[in-house]
Amino acid sequence: MEKVFKITKGLTGVPMHYCPGCTHGIVHRLVAEVLEEMDVIESAIGVSSVGCTYNNYDYFACDMLQAAHGRAPAVATGVKRVHPGSLVFTYQGDGDLAAIGTAEIVHAAARGERITTIFVNNAIYGMTSGQMAPTTLIGQVTTTTPFGRDAAIHGYPIRMSEMLSTLDGAAFIQRVSMHDVRNVREAKKAITKAFRLQSEGAGFTMVEILSTCPTNWGIDPVGSLEWIKEMMIPQYPLGVYKDVTAGGDK
Amino acid sequence: MSNRVLMKGNEAIAEAAVKAGCRHYFGYPITPQTEIAHYLAKRMKDVDGVFLQAESEVAAINMVYGAAGAGARVLTSSSSPGISLKQEGFSYIAGAEIPSVVVNVMRCGPGLGGILPAQGDYFQCVKGGGHGDYKNLVLAASGVQELFSLTMEAFDLADKYRILVVILADGTIGQMMEPVIIPEDTDMKIFDKPWAASGKKGGNVHHTIKSIYIDPVVLEGLNNRLQSKYREIEANEVRVETSALEDAEIVITAFGTCARIAKNVIKEAAREGIKVGLIRPITLWPFPVEIISETARKDSVKAFLDIELNAGQMVEDVRLAVNGKKEVLFHGRTGGMIPSQEEILDIVRRIAGGGF
Repeated sequence: MEKVFKITKGLTGVPMHYCPGCTHGIVHRLVAEVLEEMDVIESAIGVSSVGCTYNNYDYFACDMLQAAHGRAPAVATGVKRVHPGSLVFTYQGDGDLAAIGTAEIVHAAARGERITTIFVNNAIYGMTSGQMAPTTLIGQVTTTTPFGRDAAIHGYPIRMSEMLSTLDGAAFIQRVSMHDVRNVREAKKAITKAFRLQSEGAGFTMVEILSTCPTNWGIDPVGSLEWIKEMMIPQYPLGVYKDVTAGGDK
Repeated sequence: MSNRVLMKGNEAIAEAAVKAGCRHYFGYPITPQTEIAHYLAKRMKDVDGVFLQAESEVAAINMVYGAAGAGARVLTSSSSPGISLKQEGFSYIAGAEIPSVVVNVMRCGPGLGGILPAQGDYFQCVKGGGHGDYKNLVLAASGVQELFSLTMEAFDLADKYRILVVILADGTIGQMMEPVIIPEDTDMKIFDKPWAASGKKGGNVHHTIKSIYIDPVVLEGLNNRLQSKYREIEANEVRVETSALEDAEIVITAFGTCARIAKNVIKEAAREGIKVGLIRPITLWPFPVEIISETARKDSVKAFLDIELNAGQMVEDVRLAVNGKKEVLFHGRTGGMIPSQEEILDIVRRIAGGGF
């Protein structure tokens, strides 16, 4: 019988530790499938960050470095400058990228560093148990905003894709979502394009992926997908924010 | 073949790094080490290397983590306040055992302090500064030629032990000009780095560079391995210069600029019939415990005098090595002030006369 679906070689097969209903596993699979399809598992180098995905170096089959909190774009810069021919990517959450690592991501993008950032935005700190993230929505209850995020006290959520797309060094930035199959497929297309543009030397590329955190949101897995659609997308509209090839082959 | 040129200490560091095969530099501007960046911004172009001005010292040390973790010889440099920012990276580099070379051309603190020379980062670089149990191998030169050769050696030591090596120079050593003999050909060692995350260039093995180990048994194992590596370095890599120790009654301990001043003091004191010797640690870690401890046991030695450009940091290690056998006196200047030869000579006279 013909095998129509198999696990990608881009993953090691080590069982993942993510909570039920968390979409990190899907994002991992998409990234790994693209690595396999581009035939770069043997040359790509990834950078794990700090958060729930700190140990995805065990999951991705390519060489990996684990970076300090927020510093993945700087680590990836060092890697890429040594191995310009390798596909280099970071995998970062919203706390890592949009709070403690703001300087590193902005300057990696500004330099047009030939790396790709997979930015998973679930509007909360997952691993440290549900604190307010820079991307937490107004009104959202977290362990550090028990009465809901109040703009007057906590400020406003940051839209990283929009912000980074203003930088000349950014070649491709798209925000996608994990909330249904159509959007998962769109996410894979975005990752493929980002990796391809990186390998063509276009500049900095990022795919922001709206993702679930049922455990810390306190919402069941199906309800979490709905929450992305109803609550997150209005604050973080999906779409392509930067594409230097626009008008070309997009 | 060699070439004799007049160079600033900072330039000597930069050229020595290139001679040692370093082709990647990441740094952020800060006085008084900026000539390293100026020099390498041009020089890296000649050798097809990478010079990258980072957005911060934090980013620069993490670029070192990435580039060295991917297998390259890498340099970053900074001065005291910038080295404070790099401490996070120091600890991660120690945990991940990434060979790295970091230059600290020390200025005076605390805080933003000033831009004049100091040695106030001894504790930070020698004792730690980042979190956790780790050591940096710390090299201190007292002249430009020595700075050149120690910088070259730093890359070999870093690769050999997979450790972070700090070139710890006070601002004077970085800024002063002296003739340097630059070797034309170097017997640069090539170290295999099969552990590096280089895109599997070391074979079809999945490589991970990391410092996180959630399992306490595994993490204690890493710590034990690090500690045994540190014991090996203590046994094999101590470097120290001594002078006039044979019949010394007073032994000065000093590194960097203070050791230069001490050498003049020794000559002047000899003219007055006071026998003064010098122990100058070149490796601040591993610290030359043995020679200090042997010297302390000699009957001819009456006292130690530790001279530093700080309020008393290395003196703690001197006291541990002397272990109460002799009195250890301290004289330090801070804020960018440097003790004069006469100032130290006066202290020596008072010690000799029993009046300190």
